[in-house]
Amino acid sequence: MAMQERIDLGVAKPHDIAAASLLYLNGVHVSFDGFRAINNLSLWLAPGEMRAIIGPNGAGKTTMMDIITGKTRPDEGDVLFDNGSIDLTTKDEAAIASLGIGRKFQKPTVFEEHTAWDNVLLALKMKRTVLANLVWRSNSADSDRIEEILKTIGLSQYGKRQAGSLSHGQKQWLEIGMLIAQDPKLLLVDEPVAGMTDAETMTTADLLREIAQSHTVVVVEHDMEFVRRLGVKVTCLHEGSVLAEGSLDDVSNNERVIEVYLGR
Amino acid sequence: MITRRLIEAADNRGSIFLALLAAAIVIVPILHLAVPPTSAFHLGTSAVALWGKYLCYALLALSLDLVWGYCGILSLGHGAFFALGGYAMGMYLMRQIGTRGVYAHPILPDFMVFLNWKELPWFWYGFDMFWFAMLMVLLVPGLLAFVFGWFAFRSRVTGVYLSIITQALTYALMLGFFRNNFGFGGNNGLTDFKDILGFSVQSPYTRTVLFMLSAFALALGYIIARWVVTSKAGKVLIAVRDAESRTRFMGYRVENYKTFVFTLSACMAAVAGALYVPQVGIINPSEFTPANSIEMVIWVAVGGRGTLVGAALGAIIVNFAKSTFTTGFLAPYWLFALGGLFVVVTIFLPKGILGLLPQKSEDTSSSGAPAAQPAE
Repeated sequence: MAMQERIDLGVAKPHDIAAASLLYLNGVHVSFDGFRAINNLSLWLAPGEMRAIIGPNGAGKTTMMDIITGKTRPDEGDVLFDNGSIDLTTKDEAAIASLGIGRKFQKPTVFEEHTAWDNVLLALKMKRTVLANLVWRSNSADSDRIEEILKTIGLSQYGKRQAGSLSHGQKQWLEIGMLIAQDPKLLLVDEPVAGMTDAETMTTADLLREIAQSHTVVVVEHDMEFVRRLGVKVTCLHEGSVLAEGSLDDVSNNERVIEVYLGR
Repeated sequence: MITRRLIEAADNRGSIFLALLAAAIVIVPILHLAVPPTSAFHLGTSAVALWGKYLCYALLALSLDLVWGYCGILSLGHGAFFALGGYAMGMYLMRQIGTRGVYAHPILPDFMVFLNWKELPWFWYGFDMFWFAMLMVLLVPGLLAFVFGWFAFRSRVTGVYLSIITQALTYALMLGFFRNNFGFGGNNGLTDFKDILGFSVQSPYTRTVLFMLSAFALALGYIIARWVVTSKAGKVLIAVRDAESRTRFMGYRVENYKTFVFTLSACMAAVAGALYVPQVGIINPSEFTPANSIEMVIWVAVGGRGTLVGAALGAIIVNFAKSTFTTGFLAPYWLFALGGLFVVVTIFLPKGILGLLPQKSEDTSSSGAPAAQPAE
């Protein structure tokens, strides 16, 4: 599989691929104190695609998200967004978020002191400047949108509850709701079902599939049942580069993937 | 539209606070000026000045609570902005002395004559005009806070490191202001004021007006701070306090929010300083000492961090206790009492004195969210 990817790259010019993809990573390297977290990583996503990323611990999944969202700068390589028109390596977190890349963290990070309603309100797509937010007044359009999002994530009843008092699963959903509210072009979702019950996991998979109908989504996850439920193309990372790519069955039958997961 | 939000913004606690301030503005002048000194209800000049001073401290604490309680910026150098505002006012008052100084120089303040200076340093120009001095009260500390915040927050200096550099800021200013050739009266500071806008600073009427202005400034500061923290921008500030990088990943420019609130807070502290100086009659570099700034943090912690009203209350209570303790036989024990108070509050009253009161209205939610229903 990995060989095939490289050949593909050779046939189509990188420029063409970049121009046709929402997110395009090519030859990305990052090392921390000599440890190569990301090693010649190349990956691209078509607009509207949903992709699952799997890989053992330390494969570089979270570092990859850090690079895309501007938290970590790559040592070398291209990170292009929106048909290759925007170089993400030159932008900071806030600028990248405004371009339309939303991120859900591994550990649910909602604003605990705020109500669920306010969490969604803060995420809602609108001006982010100090002045605009000082003079903002609640209006029915925004309220309706927040209601709608709370309904989508199944938290309609919990609008006035402090986010800190929600259960772990509800916080994960709230964070997904905050992503929806940002209405990004690309959603990066890091381990959305960690610590969830089976039923919650399946609900989350359905929720993400629903979101994927109108957004491009990247999901990083360990839980294979969940990935199967998503039913999308899977990329397996290992030691900072792509090991295999394809359907979940192809990837999980790949010898090298089995080797990596089960040990040699 | 804005006024409506101001009214909505004032919750129960805030309304009581504002009502008390309004009452003070009416009652204190009556007790001081209209009630004869022989009456038991008469309020002496020193009492009026003392309570005016407490109100200035309350405004200072309020400004600190705005950055610390709502945005998580623990400034250990807020005394610097207070003192700078005080110095700007002091410079105006010095220029008003005119020929009534010891050396009777028409332009130069006494300490400059004493230092054998021949002409007024350029930065003293314009301070003979009240409006200019008042502009500087806001502008100098505001600009300093803006520049300081701009660099510190853009470089993402946070937490204890930020606290340390704010401390260094006030310490550096203290060292500067202690020097005679710095041009602000060295360690004696500015004092021996005569009048303000033509009225004697000693007169009971001026003192009453200064008290009323202090109460008014505190009320106004509270209304502004309340307006900021209940706006959507205020929700962003709390978001920054609780999960800064999350806020950044949502597209908010955290450094702009921090710089904004830090500058606003510095201006409020400066106004407190400007009102403080004519009431206590002196401003000197000891106002810049780091210990002073740390004490302010204790006021806020005692009253209740992140409550605004609590911060003001804490400042008044602690300073009232200080005035009581530092006179008479209890004097040697004040620092122990202050330290003990801080320890007790941190351990037993994490929400401060205000946390002891039953809270009726939900403070944080002002949105139109549907009523919460209990979990299934």
